[in-house]
Amino acid sequence: MYLFVLVYFPEVQFPLTFCYKETISERNRNMIKFFLMVNKQGQTRLSRYYEHVEIQKRTMLETEVIKNCLSRSKEQCSFIEYKDFKLVYRQYAALFIVVGINETENEMAVYELIHNFVEVLDKYFSRVSELDIMFNLDRVHIILDEMVLNGCIVETNKNRILAPLLVLDKMAES
Amino acid sequence: AKYISQCIDEIKQELKQDNIAVKANAVCKLTYLQMLGYDISWAAFNIIEVMSASKFTFKRVGYLAASQCFHEGTDVIMLTTNQIRKDLSSPNQYDTGVALTGLSCFVTPDLARDLANDIMTLMSHTKPYIRKKAVLIMYKVFLKYPESLRPAFPRLKEKLEDPDPGVQSAAVNVICELARRNPKNYLSLAPLFFKLMTSSTNNWVLIKIIKLFGALTPLEPRLGKKLIEPLTNLIHSTSAMSLLYECVNTVIAVLISLSSGMPNHSASIQLCVQKLRILIEDSDQNLKYLGLLAMSKILKTHPKSVQSHKDLILQCLDDKDESIRLRALDLLYGMVSKKNLMEIVKKLMIHVDKAEGTTYRDELLTKIIDICSQSNYQYITNFEWYISILVELTRLEGTRHGHLIAAQMLDVAIRVKAIRKFAVSQMAMLLDNAHLIASNTQRNGICEVLYAAAWICGEFSEHLEELNQTLEAMLKPKVTTLPGHIQAVYVQNMVKLYASILQQKEQAGEKEAAQEITQLMIDRLPQFVQSADLEVQERASCILQLIKYIQKLQTKEVPVAEEVIALFAGELNPVAPKAQKKVPVPEGLDLDAWINEPPSDSESEDEKPKTIFHDEEQRHSKHRPPEIDEEELARRREARKQEQANNPFYIKSSPSPQKRYQDTPGVEHIPVVQIDLSVPLKVPGMPMSDQYVKLEEERRHKQKLEKDKKKKKQKKEKKGKHRRHNSLHTESEEDIAPAHHVDIITEEMPENALPSDEDDKDPNDPYKALDVDLDKPLADSEKLPVQRHRNAENLKSPDTEAPLVEKKSKKPKKKEKKHKEREKEKKKEREKKKKKSSKHRKKKHKKEKEEKSKDKKKSKKKQHHSEEETAESVQNGTLDDEPLPPMSSYCLLAENSYIKMTYDIQGNLQHDSQVTVSVIFENKSTSFLKSMELNVLDSLNTKMLRPEGSSVHDGIPVPFQLPPGVSSEAQFVFTLQSIVMAQKLKGTLSFIVKNDEGSTHEKLDFKLHFSCASYLITTPCYSDAFARLLESGDLHMSSIKVDGISISFQHLLAKICFYHHFSVVERVDSCASMYSRSIQGHHVCLLVKKGENSVSVDGKCNDSTLLSNLLDEMKETLSKC
Repeated sequence: MYLFVLVYFPEVQFPLTFCYKETISERNRNMIKFFLMVNKQGQTRLSRYYEHVEIQKRTMLETEVIKNCLSRSKEQCSFIEYKDFKLVYRQYAALFIVVGINETENEMAVYELIHNFVEVLDKYFSRVSELDIMFNLDRVHIILDEMVLNGCIVETNKNRILAPLLVLDKMAES
Repeated sequence: AKYISQCIDEIKQELKQDNIAVKANAVCKLTYLQMLGYDISWAAFNIIEVMSASKFTFKRVGYLAASQCFHEGTDVIMLTTNQIRKDLSSPNQYDTGVALTGLSCFVTPDLARDLANDIMTLMSHTKPYIRKKAVLIMYKVFLKYPESLRPAFPRLKEKLEDPDPGVQSAAVNVICELARRNPKNYLSLAPLFFKLMTSSTNNWVLIKIIKLFGALTPLEPRLGKKLIEPLTNLIHSTSAMSLLYECVNTVIAVLISLSSGMPNHSASIQLCVQKLRILIEDSDQNLKYLGLLAMSKILKTHPKSVQSHKDLILQCLDDKDESIRLRALDLLYGMVSKKNLMEIVKKLMIHVDKAEGTTYRDELLTKIIDICSQSNYQYITNFEWYISILVELTRLEGTRHGHLIAAQMLDVAIRVKAIRKFAVSQMAMLLDNAHLIASNTQRNGICEVLYAAAWICGEFSEHLEELNQTLEAMLKPKVTTLPGHIQAVYVQNMVKLYASILQQKEQAGEKEAAQEITQLMIDRLPQFVQSADLEVQERASCILQLIKYIQKLQTKEVPVAEEVIALFAGELNPVAPKAQKKVPVPEGLDLDAWINEPPSDSESEDEKPKTIFHDEEQRHSKHRPPEIDEEELARRREARKQEQANNPFYIKSSPSPQKRYQDTPGVEHIPVVQIDLSVPLKVPGMPMSDQYVKLEEERRHKQKLEKDKKKKKQKKEKKGKHRRHNSLHTESEEDIAPAHHVDIITEEMPENALPSDEDDKDPNDPYKALDVDLDKPLADSEKLPVQRHRNAENLKSPDTEAPLVEKKSKKPKKKEKKHKEREKEKKKEREKKKKKSSKHRKKKHKKEKEEKSKDKKKSKKKQHHSEEETAESVQNGTLDDEPLPPMSSYCLLAENSYIKMTYDIQGNLQHDSQVTVSVIFENKSTSFLKSMELNVLDSLNTKMLRPEGSSVHDGIPVPFQLPPGVSSEAQFVFTLQSIVMAQKLKGTLSFIVKNDEGSTHEKLDFKLHFSCASYLITTPCYSDAFARLLESGDLHMSSIKVDGISISFQHLLAKICFYHHFSVVERVDSCASMYSRSIQGHHVCLLVKKGENSVSVDGKCNDSTLLSNLLDEMKETLSKC
């Protein structure tokens, strides 16, 4: 059933009609759907979903995604059309970072975001390696959360991304 | 797994301990396991425990785990509400931050409702870090709890100008996201964003803003014009590829939304294309890909500017990356023209040969076929070449698309008469070499080609030279290894061949040879009789008996060939795939009724034929090239009858196949249908030699030399094809062949209010339906009527259409000229045909309309200028359509010295009893108007929709204030009971006038007039549906006549469309049928005729009161003209 609610906006000229059903199904599409780090063996090193995916499906999705990425050579471009969305991936040594985005997102921007993320990791861990990520998963998550919130890119300035983390470390030390 | 379960046990132990540090550690481990794909939802409660730890290090772990595994369905989530609230208000900014981050992942409608207010406060937190996060969280909250949007919006807007760039970009993000879903509501923010765009240097923010503008421009064309300049500047200046890409994308979107073809924008398009070219030429594969992607967007609207980069795109076909090649293929599709088609396809063929990997090769194959067959083979000038390409494609190993090739072969052979001879010879070659195809393709689909080959050879056996050889090829024992449905076609078609041979021999008097061939059939057919496939078996045994009988007659020296040939007499006509839908359901036929009943029902003479035909049509719809089955059915039925009657020649005496149909009892149809179903359309094929293709190419070159002559002919062919393909009726007009269904449809076309001219036009409908399958033009035409719903777009649509129209309309003309030179005698006939065909083509009514208006213009111009100009003016005419006078649907509601109100009423599509009244308030004074409140005295029938809880006497506040000189629009919803009568409601607007001297309370009374037209919703209607509607007979009729009309018919129609919400169904000269639908589903049909100085309108509608009211209103409008 549709419920219509009339909302009057003082600032906006038209009254807004919201429809709940639409709200949930259609509007809840994040720009970035998920953020994965997977190594060449296909083991997930980090996964972050910005929309709810059931846990079994996650595993399936991850294997398929990495299979897709692995099958591509360096000469091929970093965008894959996969099902109804797109994958943007970048390879760093043995580690793949794969981001699932919807049609409307700018592929190039996400491509650059991935690099930005890796630079931040590099700065924090000083020469990041796969093991760093495995052992400091929570920190990597914090970094990622600082950069991407809700499927939107929030922050790209390295110092500002790292600020909370550094505070945290100080607290842990003391 | 064992290790993991051990770990989980360990973790469970740890979770039971009281020590929060141990717990946190356990939860941390769980998070890791969750990432590896283990379900940890059982630990949800423990996670909450950890979340509520006082120490930040632990709390953080808890939130992290929560954000990873909680979702809307988690039931413990409600327990977190208070904890989160506490954390949100924590003095430590990182506590708050982590809570916000976590919340973004698992916010539920309940949480959103409870916490919305807390987050709102955080939006104005002193720390930008918190503000930024809070702003972003609001987006999630809005989604889950839309009511919060309104109160939060002002603050969100403030954040756009936040001193901290992070907060600013967060706000931009949120608003962009919101606006992309509902752009209309955010138009008012455009100036602000514009400022941001020109001032911001943050590329991320810029991308967002530009994206937002992309969403806004379709709603506000003026914005687009403004945007072009800064965007082009950005394109020139930026070094960031992502920003460049986004700009180009938006420019494209802007240009699409603006009416295309405006001269001053060709520069920006050119710029885009150039930039994209740089992208594509870049060595970075990513850029290449994006460039191609954006290019394909441009291609849709500006094919010409892309076409000049053909070389580049062809280069991309050689790229190593498959996704880049596929993109390039997509582009090629739109770039072909008559001139370069062969070249492009040749290139593709080389790629097909080189391609490794079947998927890519299959993709190439389908693309080749798509490209060639697009818009009804528009670009193919030489069908012989096309056939040989198809034949060459059959050499592909392991393709899944055999049936595609087969379908193309059949289609071309049936529709292009002139090519049949050539096609048959090629197909015969395929059949001769069938072993090559059959042997290595047992598993894959290419042997489907043999289906087409066998059928074409059989059906058009009169064009075959080596009949015997082909027949023998078809009788080879190898054939029995083919799939059943192909064998069945073989069997059926070898009889056709046999019949032709028999006739040949008998005419030549070679009785011996004739008997020999009969013997051959009798010898070889048994191998099919033994087939495991029922279909093959049945046909083979039938035919075997038939031939044995023929042999008997032959030995008595009775000439049989004539009679055998008669089995297959008659020409096949292609039937439009959608034709079935166009067949009106005969009166009294209930398709849902039991099948057994019809025989008794159909006793009556009237109904019988109808039902039978209907059955037939249904069958068509099941197969792609239904016509084949149709004929085959007929044939089979005949054969069967002959068998049954044991005297094949007896039946022949019946005058036409049609009659036979009618005679056949309904029961007989059923088994036949089933048989047909097992025979999908397919064609067998043979390996084509390369030389052959070369020959073709050479031939082609020669042809090029003789281009003028041949092209014309080919075009003619094509045209004929189009016609045949698209419309049943035209077929019937052109082809003498007895196409039963065709005739019947024409017969069944009801005589209605439509003038006789219009009957001729009916063929358009099947045409239209067909067109739907085709590509772009169709989509456009389909969209356009939809757009008409909105007044604003109404005006736009002609422009967008114009280029298409132009293209199409040019062609027929050129051809006409050529014809004139050549064949004067035939000219007249052809022109007639052409006119028809051009009508049928693509653009349907609209197009027709356009063309007509063009014609009109032509004639007008003739009057004014010299005749020389006509040719040019025709073409120009399409470009700049006759300007319609500016029209506004807003009419004056009330006015005084302070304020002016104009209003417009629109039906609501979703609700059959609601209309929306849009009122524009314009402040005419120098004072500030505020606290406006609109109240209406409800009538029994019409009521204003008020917010829940307010009484009928309450007014609705107008949701804005008006500074001096400003106008703004508000919408009010009204509910209605009956819509057959116009309504008038009295109402009052009260408002406070505020100026330097103080404020006064003012009132303005008005009368809101709901005309009947405002209950109508512009609804497009196809002329067949229209005809059916009129035919149904349950409409009331009424008419009016208005004298003294001087404006052009075009304008007149536009007025009716605009003010009365009608859409034109068809238009012939100065006569048009129009349609509209009321919000309660009444159909309203109009026939508008223009006489010397008058206009008469005949209307039909379900409700006579509504109709007469509507006509009265229309009379009023018209008399103003």
